[in-house]
Amino acid sequence: MKALLDRLAPLALGLIGLALWEGLTRLYAVPVYVLPGPLLIAQTLWLDGASLLGSLWITLRITALALLAATLGGVGLAVVMAQSRLIERSLFPYAVIAQVTPVVAIAPLIIIWADNTTLALVICAWIVAFFPIVAATMTGLNAAEKNLRDLFRLYGAGRWQTLRLLRAPAALPYFLTGLRVSGGLSLVGAVVAEFVAGTGGAETGLAFRILESGYRLQIPRLFAALVMLAGAGIAIYMALDLLSRLILRRWHDSALKEPS
Amino acid sequence: MSAASPLLRLQGVTHFYGGGKGRNLLALDGVSLDVGHGDFLSLLGPSGCGKSTLLRLIAGLAAPTGGTIAWPDGKPTPGDIGFVFQEPTLMPWASIADNVRLPLRLTGRKATTGEIASALDLVGLGDFAQAFPRELSGGMKMRAALARALVTQPRLLLLDEPFAALDEITRFRLNEDLMRIWRERQCTVIFVTHSVFEAAFLSQRVAVMSPRPGRIVAEEPIDLPILRVPELRTDPAYSAICRKLSDRLAVAMSEPLMSEVGP
Repeated sequence: MKALLDRLAPLALGLIGLALWEGLTRLYAVPVYVLPGPLLIAQTLWLDGASLLGSLWITLRITALALLAATLGGVGLAVVMAQSRLIERSLFPYAVIAQVTPVVAIAPLIIIWADNTTLALVICAWIVAFFPIVAATMTGLNAAEKNLRDLFRLYGAGRWQTLRLLRAPAALPYFLTGLRVSGGLSLVGAVVAEFVAGTGGAETGLAFRILESGYRLQIPRLFAALVMLAGAGIAIYMALDLLSRLILRRWHDSALKEPS
Repeated sequence: MSAASPLLRLQGVTHFYGGGKGRNLLALDGVSLDVGHGDFLSLLGPSGCGKSTLLRLIAGLAAPTGGTIAWPDGKPTPGDIGFVFQEPTLMPWASIADNVRLPLRLTGRKATTGEIASALDLVGLGDFAQAFPRELSGGMKMRAALARALVTQPRLLLLDEPFAALDEITRFRLNEDLMRIWRERQCTVIFVTHSVFEAAFLSQRVAVMSPRPGRIVAEEPIDLPILRVPELRTDPAYSAICRKLSDRLAVAMSEPLMSEVGP
């Protein structure tokens, strides 16, 4: 009963919010080009959904490629940096620089340098997304219990054995936390990069559709695209969360079900 | 201990802790000790007397600042020494069987399921090979750690207060099981403890240590039957030995400077 209430409460709050929104836009007759009501947005989503879905697909492809690159690059970088303090000290500042530089500022350069748009977009999204994975994985690689490390030394374990059998598994929960953050950031990065690139033509992502709808004052459509984007973000988070629960199910406290 | 060469001979082992210049702490001061083959030796002392440090030095996890640790029969190779820490120190992501298999994997030995099973049977965990550490109680985790230390058939077993965190009932049972394992495997055991009763129950010999800096202030042979049974815990002879060890420990605690004046 309580569990049901826990699930229903946020849903109910959302519905109340939507009803208020609908009611107020009608009551004050707010023009649709300023703020459309949720019913109109839902209708637009239904009617324009098919064409918007095509754009969503393009954005998601960029997101997935960026997340893949962020995972491979992030884990690779973390493993390299975890090999010695010297390597870590030499490389880490540059990872931070890449992280703190606003992607909107460097995106135009990347678009000029990369010879195809998809590659440019993936690079931009990657820059936004890779840092949480690097930082979390690095923390995790150094998180193995001291006594366990001593045990590996006692049995004369080599660097590779220690990495594979001790440091990597110890880093896994940390990496998965980083991955969940990076999943959302990949989408953000992809959208920001599309905004900057602003490509027209056949292959246009959801960000461009938002811009386009804004220019044309098709605000209901803009909102429909936003809803799709938010939905995609939530779906990515939930998928990665599920993945991490499945992987850690048997041994990690974070994946345990609360006793009821 | 005996005329034959010992398994291990410590001579004047001194160790500074901390590493920072000028702020080094003298953890061990001139520890000399022979450990014979098949011995069950306890290092008894209060916390801070360097007994864990001594164990780490013997295991080769750190090098002593001064003195020598000699192995008359040849230096141990990986797998010759088993180590049990104060905590179970199991890998939470691996099953009990995989945890026990670890030393065999690391030392590149072929791990047969029979070896794993027999190590688990030895500590009474035969039915828990596929369980994960978090599914076991504290005592069972310690048993798993013991099985892991035994799986390479080590010559020397080093135990660093392994049962200190367990409740008394569990501790007594593990004491008795350890006794049985030592007799069956005929390995050498160095057991670190701060419990007089545990030291007296288990050991053939007890070295009493004083704190800050750690020194061996007394060595007591434990004159009890080789086979230690639970009934021994109420035996007057056992009580007398416990009292003697307590007295030695009290002296070590109250007069750390007096013990400098050797014979």
